[in-house]
Amino acid sequence: MPNSSSLTARRLKANRDAGKGSLVGYFPAGYPSVQGAIDAAITMCQNGVDVLEVGVPYSDPVMDGPVIQEATQAALDAGFRLKDVFATVKAITEAVDTPVLVMTYWNPVLQYGVERFAADLAAAGGAGLITPDLIPDEAGQWLEASEKHNLDRVFLATPTSSDERLQRASELSRGFVYSVSTMGITGAREEVDQLARGVVAGVRRVSPEQNTCVGIGISTANQVTEVNDYSDGAIVGSAFVRAYQNGGLDALKQKVQELSANLNKH
Amino acid sequence: MSEQPLRSHVGPYFGEFGGRFVPESLIAALDQLEATYNFAKNDPEFALELAELHRTYTGRPSIITEVPKFASHAGDVRVFLKREDLNHTGSHKINNVIGQALLTKRMGKTRVIAETGAGQHGVATATAAALFGLECVVYMGKVDTERQALNVARMRLLGAEVVPVTTGTATLKDAINEALRDWVANVDNTHYLLGTVAGPHPFPTMVRDFHSVIGNEARQQMLDEFGFLPDVVAACIGGGSNAIGIFHAFLDDESVRLLGFEAAGDGIDTPRHAATLNKGRPGVLHGARSYMLQNEDGQTQDSHSISAGLDYPGVGPEHSWLKDLGRAEYRGITDDEAMQALRLLSRTEGIIPAIETAHALAGVLKLGKELPTGSSILVNLSGRGDKDMETAARYFDLIDSKG
Repeated sequence: MPNSSSLTARRLKANRDAGKGSLVGYFPAGYPSVQGAIDAAITMCQNGVDVLEVGVPYSDPVMDGPVIQEATQAALDAGFRLKDVFATVKAITEAVDTPVLVMTYWNPVLQYGVERFAADLAAAGGAGLITPDLIPDEAGQWLEASEKHNLDRVFLATPTSSDERLQRASELSRGFVYSVSTMGITGAREEVDQLARGVVAGVRRVSPEQNTCVGIGISTANQVTEVNDYSDGAIVGSAFVRAYQNGGLDALKQKVQELSANLNKH
Repeated sequence: MSEQPLRSHVGPYFGEFGGRFVPESLIAALDQLEATYNFAKNDPEFALELAELHRTYTGRPSIITEVPKFASHAGDVRVFLKREDLNHTGSHKINNVIGQALLTKRMGKTRVIAETGAGQHGVATATAAALFGLECVVYMGKVDTERQALNVARMRLLGAEVVPVTTGTATLKDAINEALRDWVANVDNTHYLLGTVAGPHPFPTMVRDFHSVIGNEARQQMLDEFGFLPDVVAACIGGGSNAIGIFHAFLDDESVRLLGFEAAGDGIDTPRHAATLNKGRPGVLHGARSYMLQNEDGQTQDSHSISAGLDYPGVGPEHSWLKDLGRAEYRGITDDEAMQALRLLSRTEGIIPAIETAHALAGVLKLGKELPTGSSILVNLSGRGDKDMETAARYFDLIDSKG
């Protein structure tokens, strides 16, 4: 768990040491346009997001609910190309010092070339990858490339993961482990499952030094606060995309401020 | 080729293909399925139960029919059909469905979900769900619910819920995405009864094993009834379940050529086809590494075929492996070639095949002319064509227009 050189891990730790919680925010690249997504992401970073996730639009997003599916399909329809993600990351990291992780399904990386993708991501200033459909068992090439380019790799931990698998995900993750709060796909839910506490407790048990943030289903300030009570950060995606769909940059800014407002009390 | 018999290979990997490229949320369910299947595979009671259901419900063994009048259009060869169209529900799909339904009971799950393209797998799943008292939801691309409306009615009559999928291209690949999303959310009480030899391990191995009864029976029937093995075994291929089902028994018979015919749609050199093994390249789709149709960025490309069951931009990993080994050959058949073969078999032999199956028959018509005189070809007649009458009626202008 080589977290010492991870910008993401350092950011989460700095917040924790300062008695603050963390907000991890997702926005898809290329939506509604490449520049539109860059502007949205910078707005998020300037208004309370501690770690940014830039999503790569993909034709078959099996972990995503309707809000993100609709946005990423719109990005693809608008002509998003994979190389645009590097320009997006570069523009964001030049404007703000927030760590920027790229969240991507595996086939685009595989087709681009794992080593080449890692090199270009590092050159663009990206912090690493979140890989929803790449489990540690299949990640040999990515482990190698991420080591070489000093990139974070965020694997998932879920309510059904065995202790053995939690341990593997924790040991191989760098930056943080993505604790999946519920058995389901992305999208807002009324209550974040009690299951999330169990997953985080599991990660803590097998790997006390590792960070873990909780995602899926989080959309309110209360949920963000609650999740930060027992983890290292709350991950929010669909709620930001929906806010942007409803009211553009202003609504997005307001939503980020609303969800990050109580984090200082931690 | 490797020393190890080809038939003995099992997942997770077939050479560089296969694996498990799925969200962590599904791993526990896949592990449970694999453990349940591995136990059942060696449990004589399971084998007996499955064989008895096939005897008294599916209608196995299926017969072999020699079709000389059809064969006379394919050069100087003999053509034999393995009649999976005579199975209950009208296609090979029931072989796998009955097996997985038994495993669902063993896992204590009460709900099954399935994807379907042509509707054959959906109908078979709805049938097994009715038989075993399981709740059943079938995801079907909206485009396919329209071109296979009769099968939608059959599934609903059997008590299944049919959910039209409107995301993406609204065809089979999107139905699989939607089924995977359902499974992620409901994995505690739900089994995903996947209908082909694609998907994450253990599906490609397990589904192949349940369909290997086709080739096992056919190989023995050829020896018993005709006294020889065929020179060629042929099948249509979309995801590849009927093809692997009949190929598997022959993998180590070096004298037997294996040919899969995929959908070339408007033509293999046009943008509108589903010829994954001829025109795709390796990538990850729906949980496994295999050949797939994709653009430069790794975005899955739309496929096209007149047959909903072959209209899929991926293929099972074992086929990708057999292709790269050179053990099996894969060729494309256009929509029109398939439709002409469908009509020819109907008129010459009184057997109406599914449009999917007609791709294999069209392949045989071309292949037969390349083969030495007297060669024999065994074809998997994977399904019957009743479901395709609307498409055929339109294609051949068979219904009198109202005056």
